Amino acid sequence: MLKVKGIEVYYGDLQALRGVSLEVNQGEIVSIIGSNGAGKSTTLMTISGVLKPKRGDIQFDRDFIHQYSASKIVSLGIVQIPEGRQLFPTLTVVENLEMGSQFPKARKMRQETMAWVFKLFPRLEERRNQLAGTLSGGEQQMLAIGRGLMARPALLMLDEPSLGLSPILVKAIFDIIKEINQQGTTILLVEQNVFHSLNLSRRGYVLENGSIVLSGTGQELLRDQHIRQSYLGL
Amino acid sequence: MSLLELKGVSKNFGGLKAVCQVSLNLEEGEILGIIGPNGAGKTTLFNTITGFYKPDDGEIRFEGENLIDLKPHQICQKGMVRTFQIVKPFLELTVLENVVIAALNRTKNVQEATSRALKTIEFTGLKDRTDTLATGLTLPHRKRLELARTLATEPKLLLLDEVMAGLTPTEVDDLIRLLKDVNQRGITVLLIEHVMRGVMALSKRVVALNYGEKIAEGPPEEVVRNPHVIEAYLGEEFGNAES
Repeated sequence: MLKVKGIEVYYGDLQALRGVSLEVNQGEIVSIIGSNGAGKSTTLMTISGVLKPKRGDIQFDRDFIHQYSASKIVSLGIVQIPEGRQLFPTLTVVENLEMGSQFPKARKMRQETMAWVFKLFPRLEERRNQLAGTLSGGEQQMLAIGRGLMARPALLMLDEPSLGLSPILVKAIFDIIKEINQQGTTILLVEQNVFHSLNLSRRGYVLENGSIVLSGTGQELLRDQHIRQSYLGL
Repeated sequence: MSLLELKGVSKNFGGLKAVCQVSLNLEEGEILGIIGPNGAGKTTLFNTITGFYKPDDGEIRFEGENLIDLKPHQICQKGMVRTFQIVKPFLELTVLENVVIAALNRTKNVQEATSRALKTIEFTGLKDRTDTLATGLTLPHRKRLELARTLATEPKLLLLDEVMAGLTPTEVDDLIRLLKDVNQRGITVLLIEHVMRGVMALSKRVVALNYGEKIAEGPPEEVVRNPHVIEAYLGEEFGNAES
């Protein structure tokens, strides 16, 4: 479904990605793990079209998308939930959700999708007319995911969905991600919560200093000595 | 006498009781962890202790002195300082400049402030980043800078608001080591944290808040077994999914 081949990305003179290649197949949950500054968010932003690679290419279904605009990429079905939620704080829950469904295809299905989002997150329906800025951290994360789903993505990319959440909410968010996947959405996940994300994922990639250094099934990576020492601290 | 003493502290926002009748004592040299669900009132409690908010009720005493009418910078000069959940360095200044500004809280002499800042930078492991602009730091380094800025004010009591969020377990372990060193230097620590790995490793005692009220208090091993804490905060599977 998604094929990233040898992408190199720079911020000015600073090279952030040094030839990253990865694949996501239809129906999978795939995670990218790595320490801070390794290039995980940069990888997602390049797939989203917010950053452009200097070399390498990105194929989504039949299209080569690495020179497409971010909005064109969303319309093809790739949606990113940004780190730190990035909601519209002075809009209500419903208005934030509507902002996620601006493309004709998503707009047509707006009511139906919103009903699905409310079924996944009953809390959001209870607070449908509340301003996003007044929601608790956990509720804001739910809204950010809900807004992403409103675009009816084929591939949903999440950047640290568990950030700043209590242990019980972290568990809840991972359960929801699993449910979204079971209902047909392919998932690419970036997480610091290495244990939870590898446990949930069919496959994972380890990114260090802008390069993929290791890949395998989630369970293989959880057993890997390097992962256990460097990322799980065991 | 406790270093910090809270008696029946409450803070309301309109009809919402964000912090409700919270009492706690913090002894000199201790590390106390505060846990609780998102929206439980942890950060509001910090804001109230450090003078950003005025409590609607209750007493806050630091070294026996009532702090309620003091401004944040006056409270800082008394020796109490906090970090922010979202780190707030001066982005266009270097690491050194950021820390010098904090050190100027203790001395008006720039040379002296600079020499203190350099020591603090070395202690927090940022020496090879001394001249880097704050905007160019990775998240773990920004968290260290936030810590260096507080330490440069020479606090007796350090309040840390989620300094471990967004770090990998190994990065968390590095920070735990650094905070233990900070505590060894005689600095008392009050820690808000969701990263239980950090809470368990550092805290001598833990207080759990829910809906603004204290629901548990005690040694960390005890608090994480408390059924109210499991129900409101940790979830049944905590322990299997330790991370």
